Amino acid sequence: MSVETILVFGEGDESGPSVLTLELLAAARGLATNVEVFVAGDGAAVATELGAHGASTVYSTGALDGKLMGVHAAATLQTHLDSNPADAVFFGQTADGRDTAARLAVRLDQPVITNNVGAVIEDGTLVVEEPVFGGTQNVFTAFRNEGPSLALFRPKSFEAEPAGGGTAAVVPVDVVDPGAAGSATVTGRHIEERSGPQLDDAEVVVSGGRGLGQPEAYAMVDELAGLLGAASGASRAIVDAGWVPYAKQVGQTGKVVKPNVYVACGISGATQHLVGMKGSKNIIAINKDPEAPIFGVADLGIVGDVHKVIPALIEALKAR
Amino acid sequence: MSPIFHPRVELPSDQHRYSTLHQRVCEIFQLLIWISNNLGAESTTMKVVVCVKQIPDPALPGELDPSTNYLKRDDKLILDESDSYGVEMALQLVESAGGGEVSLVSMAPNGEVSGLRTALAMGAEEAVLISDDALAGSDALGTARVLAAAISKMSPDLVLAGVESSDGYTGTVPEMIAGVLEMPSITFAKQIEIDGNTVKVQRQTEAGYDDVECATPALVSVTAGVVEPRYPSFKGIMAAKKKPLEELDLAALGIDSSTVGKNGARQETVRVTDAEERQAGEVIEDEGDAHQKIVEFLGELKIV
Repeated sequence: MSVETILVFGEGDESGPSVLTLELLAAARGLATNVEVFVAGDGAAVATELGAHGASTVYSTGALDGKLMGVHAAATLQTHLDSNPADAVFFGQTADGRDTAARLAVRLDQPVITNNVGAVIEDGTLVVEEPVFGGTQNVFTAFRNEGPSLALFRPKSFEAEPAGGGTAAVVPVDVVDPGAAGSATVTGRHIEERSGPQLDDAEVVVSGGRGLGQPEAYAMVDELAGLLGAASGASRAIVDAGWVPYAKQVGQTGKVVKPNVYVACGISGATQHLVGMKGSKNIIAINKDPEAPIFGVADLGIVGDVHKVIPALIEALKAR
Repeated sequence: MSPIFHPRVELPSDQHRYSTLHQRVCEIFQLLIWISNNLGAESTTMKVVVCVKQIPDPALPGELDPSTNYLKRDDKLILDESDSYGVEMALQLVESAGGGEVSLVSMAPNGEVSGLRTALAMGAEEAVLISDDALAGSDALGTARVLAAAISKMSPDLVLAGVESSDGYTGTVPEMIAGVLEMPSITFAKQIEIDGNTVKVQRQTEAGYDDVECATPALVSVTAGVVEPRYPSFKGIMAAKKKPLEELDLAALGIDSSTVGKNGARQETVRVTDAEERQAGEVIEDEGDAHQKIVEFLGELKIV
């Protein structure tokens, strides 16, 4: 047995395919001779970019017209895989990626392995790598199933790189009706305003945590981020407490960031948080507890009061 | 639904013809209780089942069993905080519906019930635990099959679950349960409203949130932090000890043990390696000038 075809579950928006989709293409290219993409949406619009990143074929369902994606994509994928077999299907660890993989696993009766950051072929079998215990250990798991192996990968696990291919062939696919299970309908979309650098691709990230003491103190984090041209982030503790929206959450259940510089203000460094930021090139931590785990990963650790250090830092930066 | 009892308001006999004001008040009070009980009974149709996971205390260092590479679950397990939001959401939905019942379902080794008792103490009515040695090594799909089999016996209007557990965090089990039950589902809910036979959800997205709705019965997964889980009261803790808790094994659910557990998972841990640890750098105590150290460091990195 070897891995010939990997199907990538492609996601994106009006601006094109998501970076995560391109990362999955780079990973799949290194493992299989043929890489294809399934798009539960308008695949034709992204065929050129997906082709440039190594996709031979893009299967496109067209717009889903307000249907919730996962259950419809899974029903369609099941039928699709019957006539277009793949050795593995790669998904991004996103809301729709998880929904689709979960529904597909039930339909195909196949295992799905989540939270992966790496993949290799050993003895013709797909082996995926998942970090555990806050990334202190890595578990390598081999698929032992007959049929397509389903794997989900965390963002920023691979480097997205064009492969120099031409436009991918676009093959339209009919959406399969999942019946009553597919009755969930999207009736409205709300976009929260986003301004300034975004967490995903910022060169510098400044994050705040419980050590800020009160919600108003997050304004310091925003001000410091503004002065450094940085995106502002947060630990789960203050997102759960309602100080800042979920979109700012860095960590296992939030965003994975790998900026050049990460500044952690009043963050103790729970495993949940470390998973999301310890891949940063340089880490600066300010916390009053010298025992805080964040100091174990910081290149520069300041044991001190964020309410003194950050205002002083802001003044110093303004004076320059 | 509770049976309807008639009010115990007896016809006045001769000797009670001139009943005291006190007796009259008692009779009216009894009537009011009867009315309120039975009005309640008519609207107590909503049944919510909440999936809860009992996990090793996240405050303690986790460990893999070297012989199996499974997470060690020998010590006491506790209610996963991620699931406390589902329990709280269920209690609030039933309260705002004016009545109903919150039931729990959990799968855990060694007949573990500590976490279930916590959720019962919060206010759930009853719990079902599935525990069977053959379940060791189950993956997400095996777990979903088992939970789905138990849930289908409970005929809920709504199934709630946390988005992902705090130990395995696959985030796929709720959607798989919906898949097995062939039920509509909405994941990543930050707000839930029941409107007749429709469940309306604000579903969290990368960009904000979507309004999504579907008919019940349905499964909804609840994002952590969207409600404030109540602390069990002393009264609640005492009451929880007497609440019904049923323990089932695979045979009781009619599940073939080869489809779950290690064999059903069809995957094998081939090795576990230690990750390269980041080296800690310089740690200094702030004596009023630490900010200058940060500016210097940012300067070296050409950020300022």
